[in-house]
Amino acid sequence: MQKNTNPKANLPQQQVALPYKKSIEIAVKSIKSRFFRSLITTMSLILAISFYSYIKTNSLIITGIFFSENKTAIQQLSHLGYEIPDNGEAYTATPKERWILVLSLLVCVVGIVNTQLMAVADRFREIGTMKCLGALDRFILRLFLIEATLQGFIGATIGSVAGTVIALLGSLFKFGTVAMIFISINDVIMSITTAIFLGCFLSIIGVLYPALLAAKMQPVEAMRGKD
Amino acid sequence: MKSLNNIVRVDKVLKDFTMGKTIVSVLKGIDLEIKTGEYVSIMGPSGSGKTTLFNMIGGLDKPSSGSVFIDEIDISQLDAYELAWLRCRKIGYIFQTFNIIQVMTALENVTLPMVFAGIADDQARDKGMELLELVGLKERFQHKPFELSGGQQQRVAVARALANDPAIILADEPTGNLDLATGDEIINLLKMLSREKGVTIISATHDLKMLNVSDRVIWISDGKIEKIEHRDELSISLGQIGEK
Repeated sequence: MQKNTNPKANLPQQQVALPYKKSIEIAVKSIKSRFFRSLITTMSLILAISFYSYIKTNSLIITGIFFSENKTAIQQLSHLGYEIPDNGEAYTATPKERWILVLSLLVCVVGIVNTQLMAVADRFREIGTMKCLGALDRFILRLFLIEATLQGFIGATIGSVAGTVIALLGSLFKFGTVAMIFISINDVIMSITTAIFLGCFLSIIGVLYPALLAAKMQPVEAMRGKD
Repeated sequence: MKSLNNIVRVDKVLKDFTMGKTIVSVLKGIDLEIKTGEYVSIMGPSGSGKTTLFNMIGGLDKPSSGSVFIDEIDISQLDAYELAWLRCRKIGYIFQTFNIIQVMTALENVTLPMVFAGIADDQARDKGMELLELVGLKERFQHKPFELSGGQQQRVAVARALANDPAIILADEPTGNLDLATGDEIINLLKMLSREKGVTIISATHDLKMLNVSDRVIWISDGKIEKIEHRDELSISLGQIGEK
């Protein structure tokens, strides 16, 4: 009889919004106030990425030593079981090393999924409240992704620098300065950068499922979650 | 023309929940009209469907059949964006458990809905301070929720509910987790808001003190409206309780 002609007539065109600057602010705040929880997530990344960087830098160092044609150092290397690559080729990690590396990264992702699921469960009510205040699913998703990226970046930076430094110091100790001379700085920087990207990537992969779960939650369910 | 004054209209709302194989019908046909500026309490024992009805009105849940109109907009017709907009701009929520966001300060909690509404930072800050002053927490704007008492947290929640000048405030047992005195403060605050700002207040409650300030009380039992009482009728029937 009336009203139903245009049910949305009274709705203005305005939409809800969450600017990126604000999202980052909220994400940083959330990491800070849950420092310990973030630390655990970051820690698994630090370990995995430092292992990755360690293996990478070691390969670079060994390649450097082969190119140096320093007899004693090369002999030492074959003693340690490293296979001398064909002339002119760079040394790459052994299949075994690569296998362990893949495993460690996998374990790291599983660890992140685990801690992030816990984090989401912990934050049911917060997520529900935000939704009641007008947050869209993608705001929630975005907050979690930004948090994960920040954690990934911090963890991977610490991890890759630590792994690289440990590898460099270790071989400096084993082979002496010859290990340092032939190593290309560019390659080292490249390896660190790759490691950082890898870390962010792993962190995002790890948070994806928990974040989707959080974003899809109905406000009512979310509120009920912790009661 | 009369219908234009209805800020909330609930039309033959039924709600069923499926629990395993059995279907539990929680709301069995509710019809309700609430006028702009009214202070309405929804009373009823637990399990009567109070909270379910409350969630329907707030757009937090959808009815199995029937419709809920807010400002004559059928909210089941809205998509996710429009619903979010409605929750952000039209409705302010107050919960029994306060639901202040733990990682944010009082002021940040109050400004969050304004952020979602796209209001500029400094403007939101000023408004936030104004609202905190209104609820008497101006000095504590930088405090985190764990540094505030229950009553203070609930006052932050009231301020947050008012952030975008909503037409409706939905309060689900706002005094349920508070002691008598702080509960009174919240009730008085809500009454003041309804009188001075003309906000429509709908609250689900067990608290009999709430009745004294309500314009109308809707008694719900077993998923149906049992009776609707106006205040003048109430003060007679509940005189002694008010005295106590």
